[in-house]
Amino acid sequence: MGYPHKPHPRETPILSRHFGDAEARTLDGWKKRGGYRALEKALGMTPEEIINEIKESGLRGRGGAGFPTGMKWSFMKHGDGKPHYLCVNADESEPGTFKDREIMRWTPHALVEGAAIGAYAIGAETAYIYIRGEFTEPLRMMGAAVKEAYAAGVIGRNAMGTGKRVDVYVHKGAGAYICGEETALMNSLEGKRGNPRPKPPFPAVAGLFAMPTTINNVETLTAVPHILNEGPAWYKAMSHSSPKSTGSKLFSVCGNIARPGNYEVEMGFPFKDFLYDVCGGPPPGRRFKAVIPGGSSVPIQTMEEAEATLMDYEGFIAQGSMLGSGGVIVFDDSQCMVKQIARLARFYAHESCAQCTQCREGTAWTTRILERIERGQGTMEDLDTLLSLSKQMTGTTICVLSDSCATPIVSGISKFRDEFEAHITGKRCPMGATAAA
Amino acid sequence: MADAQQISLTIEGRQVSVAPGTTILEAAKQAGVLVPHYCYHPGLPSPSSCRMCLVEVEKAPKLQPACVTAVGEGQVVHVFSEKALEQRKGVLEFLLINHPLDCPICDKSGECELQDYVYREGPARGRLHDPKRFNPAEDFGGDVLYVTNRCIMCTRCVRFMDSVAEDTVLNVSERGDRAVIGVFEGKGLTHEWAGNVIDICPVGALLSKDFLNKARSWELDRTPSICPNCSQGCNAIFETRDNQVVRMRPRSNTEVNQYYLCDSGRLDYRWMNRTDRIEAPLVRRGDRLAAADWDEALRAAALHLNGKRAFVLASPMLSNESLWMLSRLVEKTGGKGAFRVRRGPEAPLPGAPDLALRAERAANVRGAELFGFTKTDAPLAGMADGDVLVIADHDLAEADVAELARASAVIVIGTVLPEAARQAIVVFPSTNMAEEEGTFTNIRGRVQRYQQARSGPGMSQPVWWAVGDLLTFLGEGAGHYSASETFDALAAARPEFTGMSYETIGLKGQLMAGSSEPAGTAG
Repeated sequence: MGYPHKPHPRETPILSRHFGDAEARTLDGWKKRGGYRALEKALGMTPEEIINEIKESGLRGRGGAGFPTGMKWSFMKHGDGKPHYLCVNADESEPGTFKDREIMRWTPHALVEGAAIGAYAIGAETAYIYIRGEFTEPLRMMGAAVKEAYAAGVIGRNAMGTGKRVDVYVHKGAGAYICGEETALMNSLEGKRGNPRPKPPFPAVAGLFAMPTTINNVETLTAVPHILNEGPAWYKAMSHSSPKSTGSKLFSVCGNIARPGNYEVEMGFPFKDFLYDVCGGPPPGRRFKAVIPGGSSVPIQTMEEAEATLMDYEGFIAQGSMLGSGGVIVFDDSQCMVKQIARLARFYAHESCAQCTQCREGTAWTTRILERIERGQGTMEDLDTLLSLSKQMTGTTICVLSDSCATPIVSGISKFRDEFEAHITGKRCPMGATAAA
Repeated sequence: MADAQQISLTIEGRQVSVAPGTTILEAAKQAGVLVPHYCYHPGLPSPSSCRMCLVEVEKAPKLQPACVTAVGEGQVVHVFSEKALEQRKGVLEFLLINHPLDCPICDKSGECELQDYVYREGPARGRLHDPKRFNPAEDFGGDVLYVTNRCIMCTRCVRFMDSVAEDTVLNVSERGDRAVIGVFEGKGLTHEWAGNVIDICPVGALLSKDFLNKARSWELDRTPSICPNCSQGCNAIFETRDNQVVRMRPRSNTEVNQYYLCDSGRLDYRWMNRTDRIEAPLVRRGDRLAAADWDEALRAAALHLNGKRAFVLASPMLSNESLWMLSRLVEKTGGKGAFRVRRGPEAPLPGAPDLALRAERAANVRGAELFGFTKTDAPLAGMADGDVLVIADHDLAEADVAELARASAVIVIGTVLPEAARQAIVVFPSTNMAEEEGTFTNIRGRVQRYQQARSGPGMSQPVWWAVGDLLTFLGEGAGHYSASETFDALAAARPEFTGMSYETIGLKGQLMAGSSEPAGTAG
């Protein structure tokens, strides 16, 4: 599969500029396109200088939580005598999200460069790129790029001839959603079952192998070389509404929409224009019904909310959801929301690591109730039970998988209650759909 | 630790000061407040996964897991606030949805932490309208049966095997509500200490095959005791039903056995219930032994001992009190004493300091040596021709029985009469350790009390009682009326025991003067 569309004129292709360009995958091709200039520059700077540039740029984590990257890096205490580690979270498993996959498929060296800079900035000599097991092509591309970068002395014992050491390893995950949770990822890297760890201790204190560790998303690190090359002011200028959200952001768009795919726009871009213009609107003869804008773990938006949204961290919150990972899942009027929510709950029930009681039992129980409602065998009492269980599942567990399961249930029932009630009173799905087996 | 270094906080309105780094859960224990919990166990690392111990800490945005949250100066903690209770009720409802509620046929019923907390704080009715998950039970090997449906996935058993037994046998298999405790391919719970997973399981998921369906927990009487099956002296609870010992379980003592008991120890209790016991004193009349009363038997024994040296073959399973009284008999007659101890391979519990199933498989080897008995594999070799052989509950295993002929007379004080000792002239019925109270001295010199768990048969008496009366008949005023009085006399006579009494020993034991336990043992 190549890259399916040419950039829309209203996109700002920075990270995605070379998507579809096979030559950019090679070291030479990447250098020709300005690659590794930022790494060379970074290795000539002090870590503090790099961190200040990133802080200045306003870059925030692109994996979902939106934590300021510069501040995260500054938590790593230099000179503590311990080995530091950088973990690159390339486990992109959030349903509806496939931006990191494209970054790694088309511009693997962009990630190697970003990871090397990140490692240097936090005082780490080692970066682990943890790639989701199903990502066979990105894995191949990243492996080849790392090999090339070593052979050319870009990374390794004497990176770019500066005498500084940056090792980059590519690690293949085994296909568990939960391994995208940062502490579960570390357990998995250590060869243990991918269970999230209680925090504290936070990774910056005791992370991978109990050493100070920073974990960044692929897209976050890939933005870093651009910031160093063009300057923080340039990055900050890509901000249309909230000054707290800067730069460009990749959005993965899927579902009932004319042109699904990855799109890169500046922070604060109007979501309405994005959906109807950039992505081509609903399929012919259909109307949009709902959007999950940031990967399956964020609240569902009604179209009224979505159309009033400005696409940045604050803008999505203002309209009842979150930016999350930028995985936009669009539903048109042919979709049964009960079925869709049951399907999401089933996903979380399948992926729960089984540690916390609320998550292990709650994800499975809510799934059973939702599937029963979908079959037309639900009761009004079930809706109260679902909301009560969702409350128990929120904010009470080690990680947020349980919260993520509760989120679409709560937003779904509150925003599409009529569809649930129609299933219950009509004793069948009014759309004629049935939950996938 | 100086007060300045202590952290003060308020838990349920009670002030408590604890060392920095103490968890809220442990601090609450010190304040006398039990924070309900499942995955937490003081001997294991805490995963904080059951979410049962979430408590309200004022000023914290969310409920905090008490088992891993360190105390903070001035914290105000609410364990039973509405918010905390509501959350626990939720956890209990989740734990119950797939739990079979088969308490009437569950061995754990009555001592089950799920039952206890649901009774106290759980929801009055469940809201599950869908079928429960079902998984078949599985034999985990050793003494352990896994009743999968009852499991609440606290993972105490997995963590015990990993970090205390250091034998990775158990795992969490699968994810979500399909998760179960699994056994690695080709492995089983055959580790010498694996049986502890049964005790640390908070529910009826891990059961003892030995105890399976034997008794309801509320029918059991429980007696603090000491495991007599090796020289470690693990603190134990003897559980009896209808005067039979039916189960032996660990009693926590951080100085000795932490929370644990080995399988060899805990499963070796049936001898305490033997029914082929000597029930009355026997005196030889011609070629047969005839029942007599104590006075007649004591008089007969004293007659034979008069002017003779006593060679005492003592069991290292006897109490300090009994061994000391026997040593006085040796002293009085100018005789000697010896014993033989059964051996087996030593089996340490790696994650606990200085804890092992010891090679010497008897409770009071140290005491026997202390009171002058010679440890030897040929105990009769030391007997001089013409000595009166006094066999004190010794089984004569591997003793050269032909040697018995060298004795001028054989006197038995014991629970059973060994075949080889049928030629005895007097036989006194004695109690076994479950039928009396007393003390043992363990391998490190810790003197520990055990209490009477069942009644002895017929006219049986503790060995110290029999020997005391015998000494009285020999003209030595030595009769004592209780074990504690005997111990007081012992403590007055032996410098190692100076200042000790049953009161000072208590339930945790006391080190003999001049003894020490290795560093690393909690103190």
